[in-house]
Amino acid sequence: MARIVGIDLGTTNSLVAYMDKGVPRVIPGADGRPMVPSVVAMTDHGLLVGDEAKEHLLRSPDRTVYSIKRFMGKGLADVQSELAYFPYTLTEQGGVIRITLNGKTYSPPQISAMILKELKQRAEAYLEEEITKAVITVPAYFNDSQRQATKDAGLIAGLEVLRIINEPTAASLAYGLQEKTQGTIAVYDFGGGTFDISILKLKQGIFEVLATNGDTHLGGDDIDRRIADLLLDEIRSAYGLDLGPSPDYMQVLRLEAERAKIRLSDELKTLLTVELPDGRGRFTRELTRDQLESLVADLIERTLAPCRSALKDAGLTPQQIDEVVLVGGSTRMPLVRRRVQELFGKQPHCHLNPDEVVALGAAVQADILSGGTTDMLLLDVTPLSLGIETMGGVMSCLIPRNTTIPANAKEMFTTYVDGQTGVDIHILQGERELAKDNRSLARFRLKVPPLPAGVPRIEVTFLIDANGILHVTAKDMRTGRQQSIEVKPSYGLSETEVERMIEESFKFAKEDVASRKLIEARLDAGSLLAATEKSLSEGGHLVPDDVRTAVRAAVSALASAKEGDDVRTIRTRMAELEQTAKPLSVALMDDSLKRGLEGKKLSDVT
Amino acid sequence: MNQPSLSSGSRNVQMARSMCWHCQSEVAGEYFCERCVKVQPVSKETDYFTCLGLPRRLTIDPALLEAKYYERSRAFHPDFYLNKTEAEQAISLDNAATLNTAYRTLRDPVQRAEYLLDLEAGSAKTIRTSPPADLFEEILDLQDTLDAYRAGDHSSETGRQLRARLEAERGALERRQAEMEDELQKLFVEWDALQDRGEADDPSRMERDRLLRRIREILSNRTYVKNIVNDLVETIG
Repeated sequence: MARIVGIDLGTTNSLVAYMDKGVPRVIPGADGRPMVPSVVAMTDHGLLVGDEAKEHLLRSPDRTVYSIKRFMGKGLADVQSELAYFPYTLTEQGGVIRITLNGKTYSPPQISAMILKELKQRAEAYLEEEITKAVITVPAYFNDSQRQATKDAGLIAGLEVLRIINEPTAASLAYGLQEKTQGTIAVYDFGGGTFDISILKLKQGIFEVLATNGDTHLGGDDIDRRIADLLLDEIRSAYGLDLGPSPDYMQVLRLEAERAKIRLSDELKTLLTVELPDGRGRFTRELTRDQLESLVADLIERTLAPCRSALKDAGLTPQQIDEVVLVGGSTRMPLVRRRVQELFGKQPHCHLNPDEVVALGAAVQADILSGGTTDMLLLDVTPLSLGIETMGGVMSCLIPRNTTIPANAKEMFTTYVDGQTGVDIHILQGERELAKDNRSLARFRLKVPPLPAGVPRIEVTFLIDANGILHVTAKDMRTGRQQSIEVKPSYGLSETEVERMIEESFKFAKEDVASRKLIEARLDAGSLLAATEKSLSEGGHLVPDDVRTAVRAAVSALASAKEGDDVRTIRTRMAELEQTAKPLSVALMDDSLKRGLEGKKLSDVT
Repeated sequence: MNQPSLSSGSRNVQMARSMCWHCQSEVAGEYFCERCVKVQPVSKETDYFTCLGLPRRLTIDPALLEAKYYERSRAFHPDFYLNKTEAEQAISLDNAATLNTAYRTLRDPVQRAEYLLDLEAGSAKTIRTSPPADLFEEILDLQDTLDAYRAGDHSSETGRQLRARLEAERGALERRQAEMEDELQKLFVEWDALQDRGEADDPSRMERDRLLRRIREILSNRTYVKNIVNDLVETIG
């Protein structure tokens, strides 16, 4: 079976890892670092991803996308409160957010696909083979739409997503592999944009998730914003200057806030500096760790309620947890560690690199799927209850939260009116009583043969697969025939749309390859031209006039080909120049050889 | 399903012979075909006890249940079927989903008892689910007191008196809960013992029906009392 890589598609950073003879390893980029900032920039010179794109956050904020994960599987209304932090144009189409960059519109899965492609290429360059299969991690508390959006992103990037796996459980696999622990563990995963808590039982290679909880909209981003808002207020009152409406300066503040936050994990105080616009000088401010902690105490507090709920659902007390594992960059904050320690009454385990452990776990799961690792098995759960809307707008639960997946539920439907030909079904996810308070996943219409009321019997099976993604099938119990149903997602791309995006992505890939070849040809032509000029000036006098003239003609022919955009012409002219200039290079070599031998005896060179 | 012979030896039940979906050779309850080694679908008629390879009993050793569940998860989980055919993947998905439901149901003693009651059905099926007769008046009174307490001023003299009454009621109900749990446990043991004897005579049949009725009655009362206690806890903390 072809190799499967493990990918941590994070809010702030993404990584790819693979299994190397039973040991999971992250794959470094050309610079030796494994982390790819989850940032995408549409520059005039093309698409940039990662570190290069991050530089554009300040240069062209309206064309540089960060934290795209916050938009996955969401509608515009879901992110209304934080639009001020995103300097690009957001719209909605078919329940999916669209981002307009450089006049072109993209869905969040398309942007995520660009990051995935970068990771794919990285892995291909490193492992020297084509990569087409992957395990991708998502926050445990991601709902069906967000998982589906992640799967779509993989497809668009040319990856077959063999499994969507939850980040905290991925971390537990890496942890379990390394520590060989048995017992109950709590994985506290506080990342850039999301928070998850998962409680697992580890026994004889089985990783059984007992309960999970979280907040898909709470992370390091929110901490940065608190600091940025503080700076914004202080600059406003000190200088009468409102940087709020300026996307460029909001980015400056946000990035300065992020850096200060990181420094304050090791230091007790730090200095924040912001260059103000229009020569208004420089704003500086000291921030102490204490100040930061009181500024964000409520955010950290918000992670504790899900922890308590998860413990309750697992039927355990904090004392019954044998080990607490910290995952995600935000767990580097001393305040987070303190609060976690207080809640569970024990020192959390932080020997694993919190930035890499999720990707490593994804690689372990990939190895399980490819049949490499056979003694480990992850039994995960669905984080949210699944149900359908019934009479009076109430949600009727079919599969409760924390049910081990795969899970299924069968429901029988009939008609209330003679000759009724359809039953509308609205699928929901969430814990609230009323349908309107829960997340709408999809709607579909069950086709029913026209019969007296109550006679038709259609059995609908709701199946949550091992990815946490829902599948719906229907069967007419009278005829025993399976019925195909068209489920319309409430917050997702349709199948046709995903297909179109895959095609587009392939087209772009071809364009990308073509333009890369052109750039390389031009670069090669440039260095050949420079080398030839050097040879002419150093050895022009060594060759006959006609050779010199011919070389000069070939040089100008290549120079004009280089201005054009035909790779083949450039390569042809290059070959011609090399051919024409051969006597020149031979003469130069002879000359240097001769000069090298001068003053030496024959016996010295043989 | 109401014949004692069936429930006495659950091992006989699942031995229903069927054909391998792939090579058509005979399979008898195993989850892999002996000839072609393909995974076999767990039959729709298979009950949860059989699915987990356990006798139909009300007392189950949790460690044994877990061990069986893990063992079968290793056999059925879709993670191990990625290299297999689409048909095998579909069977693995269905089997794993059924196995998970079976484990979830049997892990909890009350859900397990309710499930077993449904399986054994018979005469016990007709038991009412209305509130327990002896509790009815008491609970109506309690509901009134709760309403009065919720509506009134908690710090007033009346409020304090109401609260004291509610607390006393809560204590009484919690004791009653404990009694019910005890009786339930005893009934479970009696039921299992009767099953182990496996006798099919008239006295055994009557004893069997009596136990089922009583278990069902307690389970129903138990839910009723639990809801009231939850209400009380929510109101008076």
